Amino acid sequence: MPGPQPVETKTVTSTQASQATLLLRASGGEVQDRLFSTAMTLCGLAVLGVLGLIVFELMLRSSLSWHAFGFKFFSGSDWDPVNEQFGALPFVYGTLVSSLLALIIAVPLSVGVAVFTTEMCPKALRGPLSFFVELLAAIPSVIYGLWAMFVLVPLLSQYVQPFLSKTLGWTGLFTGPSYGFGMLAAGIILAIMIVPIISSIAREVLMVVPQHQREGVLALGATRWEMIRVGVLRNARAGIMGAIILGLGRALGETMAVTMVIGNQPQIKASLFESGYSMASVLANEFSEATGDVHRSALIEIGLALFLVTIVVNAMARLLVWTVTRGQPARGHA
Amino acid sequence: MPELAATVARAPAVPKISLRRRITDHVMTGLAIATVVLVLAPLIAVFGYLVYRGVGSINWAFLTQTPKPVGEVGGGMANAIVGSAFILGIASLIGVPFGVGAGIYLAEFGRNRLGSAIRFTADVLNGVPSIVIGIVGYAIVVLYQGHFSALAGGVALAIMMVPTISRTTEEMLLLVPQALREAAYGLGIPRWRTTLSVTLRTATSGVITGIMLAFARVAGETAPLIFTAFGNTGWSRYLRFALFGKDFAVPFVRYDQPTAALPLQIYTYALSPYDDWHRQAWAGALVLIVLIVAAVSAVRYVVRRGTFGAA
Repeated sequence: MPGPQPVETKTVTSTQASQATLLLRASGGEVQDRLFSTAMTLCGLAVLGVLGLIVFELMLRSSLSWHAFGFKFFSGSDWDPVNEQFGALPFVYGTLVSSLLALIIAVPLSVGVAVFTTEMCPKALRGPLSFFVELLAAIPSVIYGLWAMFVLVPLLSQYVQPFLSKTLGWTGLFTGPSYGFGMLAAGIILAIMIVPIISSIAREVLMVVPQHQREGVLALGATRWEMIRVGVLRNARAGIMGAIILGLGRALGETMAVTMVIGNQPQIKASLFESGYSMASVLANEFSEATGDVHRSALIEIGLALFLVTIVVNAMARLLVWTVTRGQPARGHA
Repeated sequence: MPELAATVARAPAVPKISLRRRITDHVMTGLAIATVVLVLAPLIAVFGYLVYRGVGSINWAFLTQTPKPVGEVGGGMANAIVGSAFILGIASLIGVPFGVGAGIYLAEFGRNRLGSAIRFTADVLNGVPSIVIGIVGYAIVVLYQGHFSALAGGVALAIMMVPTISRTTEEMLLLVPQALREAAYGLGIPRWRTTLSVTLRTATSGVITGIMLAFARVAGETAPLIFTAFGNTGWSRYLRFALFGKDFAVPFVRYDQPTAALPLQIYTYALSPYDDWHRQAWAGALVLIVLIVAAVSAVRYVVRRGTFGAA
């Protein structure tokens, strides 16, 4: 551990002189202290500034589209850059459906993994297991997209989709040609990408459930599953909800992997086999080649909507998770 | 001995637990294990396939040449590799000081409402979609410069690094015992000096770990670069110098020109209809992962050695 550095190397002979230098030093240090704390405060304020800057720029640059279309922008489904008609409904629909599909797949899996790691898993396995799940989070989005294009999509079109349309085609959700690309592929790759975030936060939440809750339920003669259901999951409801909402926030804004497999057709179709388009994807595809100011402004308005939704979703999730984990003594109970 | 204890503990309980409850318990345990398998399967599949396709696709040309014209076989991503490193360098130059500074503020001066507001904002910023950050980079840099540039990409990535770095720095500084700070104050050392030479220095390895986490996260980002760095099929600059009476020109990139980046190049090649470009996309993906891991381990190694030397 590094010791404190001597401030000066000059030797002082008399006590009075040393006291005097100390005083001088203190007054000199005061100015520097104030400078230092100001500089650090400015860095902190920069975080607020960045948020302000994002809001300001997005609002400023989307005003053209806002004035032209108003609220109709989000109810219209006509996206026609050539005739400058912009309605964002298909993108909103694509984002919502793909994210919800991802949640439906990812939530049971992540909660299962979290429960297994905290309640069932042998201690020796716990560390490596969390490590592997968190590795999933470290893979860049574009690599997931690459994998989805060359492995997942062919798999879907050859095996999964024919099977689904044969068995569940009557629901109307699984009809149409099996191209592989489309909502289903987007939902699945999103699910794979949000499992790590949901399960790692759910794990943290489960860990702060007090140990005596578990012991109490077990003492009543419950099996392990009953203990988990009554003693653990019921106590952790709010926190798990927070984890799920954080996952939703991540899914809503995810860009590259979705763009690569969703099919990029601005249409609203009930079948999950059909192509769709998401808000983030249309930004990725059209922004750098926007045909005019209105087009660019309309795209930025989509960005603004995406930003506002994720801000609200994230703030909600953080508050939920904070209320659960705050004030707990230490992470982990065993 | 544990077996005996288990039998003793279970013996009176067995008749009480009904068959249905026991089966439910086993089924639920089985389901939990099944979820773990289902979650780990794609991880293994992604990594396995990445290594399988990547290793077979990397060659010397890939690492040393620039892209060939559309449809031609061969070429490589040398400019994208250098471009990525360059953009990440700019991002770190901007993002690390601000992030660490904000972290110091939160840990040392932030026990108030402003601190809570900044903490909350940082957490929320962490969840802003990267493509939206790209729009901001476009609006504040590209529009003023008049064209896409490495600088714009670096600024966008820096914005993404700050929240992560500031929160981990704060956490690490708060782990430093208060007694160390007090000892320093007792020696008459001013607060700024204490914070920098005692608190921050003690927490160095943790702070660096946070920085590397942020770095690894933005290193693979594609979305914020699409309309900031934009990509480039060649070099934007040559460094010219004379050595032993000969002139050399080393290809490099310019901060104010459209610049290729590895994730962008992977994206473009993946969407192309050419098999050779698909091959290169896989090679690029493997190089990207290896570079991220190498950068993170190198910095951690150096830091660990540095702190041991100081101790």
